Amino acid sequence: MNNEENNKEIKELLKQAIAPARHAELRRDLWPRMLRKLEEQPAAMGAVPWFDWALAAVLGAVLVFFPGSIPALLYHL
Amino acid sequence: MELLERFAAGDLEAFEALFRQHQKEVYAWIVRIVRDTGIAEDLTVETFWRIHKYRARFDPNGNFRAWARRIATNAAFDHLRKARRETELPEDLAGPGAADPAVRRETREHIKQAFFHLPPRYRLVATLALIEEEPYNKIAEAVGISAGLVKMRVYRAVRILRKQLNSMGVEAGAR
Repeated sequence: MNNEENNKEIKELLKQAIAPARHAELRRDLWPRMLRKLEEQPAAMGAVPWFDWALAAVLGAVLVFFPGSIPALLYHL
Repeated sequence: MELLERFAAGDLEAFEALFRQHQKEVYAWIVRIVRDTGIAEDLTVETFWRIHKYRARFDPNGNFRAWARRIATNAAFDHLRKARRETELPEDLAGPGAADPAVRRETREHIKQAFFHLPPRYRLVATLALIEEEPYNKIAEAVGISAGLVKMRVYRAVRILRKQLNSMGVEAGAR
């Protein structure tokens, strides 16, 4: 049995159990919800995840306490 | 200035115009993946929130529809990963192509169970390729992988499904 036949057989089985959703239509305008979300969570481009700040803090601490590592860091940049 | 340029520059009216133009299409794509109308609405809003957030990365000469579909696919995939541990199966999306009533209820439940417990990256491509019958290149573009990799994931999904179904006593072919 080749791949195409394998797929066809499973496809038939799946379609007997799970209806395609291609006819599901959006029944309302979502713009009011979009506006609310934008007000609650402004999508600021400058937002930096907390772990980026944590990484920057660790790097800063390493540079302050081990200044000898600066040339090695510059070498690897 | 063109609509897409205004959107990329942060114009809210341009964003609203794009939202209204594309919300139905984005929703329709997401609902095919997550198979739950309420969750698809939430994820449509989430998708456009991400679109708005990353607007500066969008090239106004590029294809907004394809970009939006890619972001929608990522949002839906994130949902599949988060929801994987939940045991409840998605709702039935009854429509003109509704499931075959002649197939025994128990068999249908086994098939659903096996399908909705596929690893998310396989379930994503298998849903689009096997149930929704979307072409491999469209899936590849939306997921951000090659068509060859889509084919490979579908093949693996089929293998996992067959194994699962056979272990449940559902006859699903030789291999």
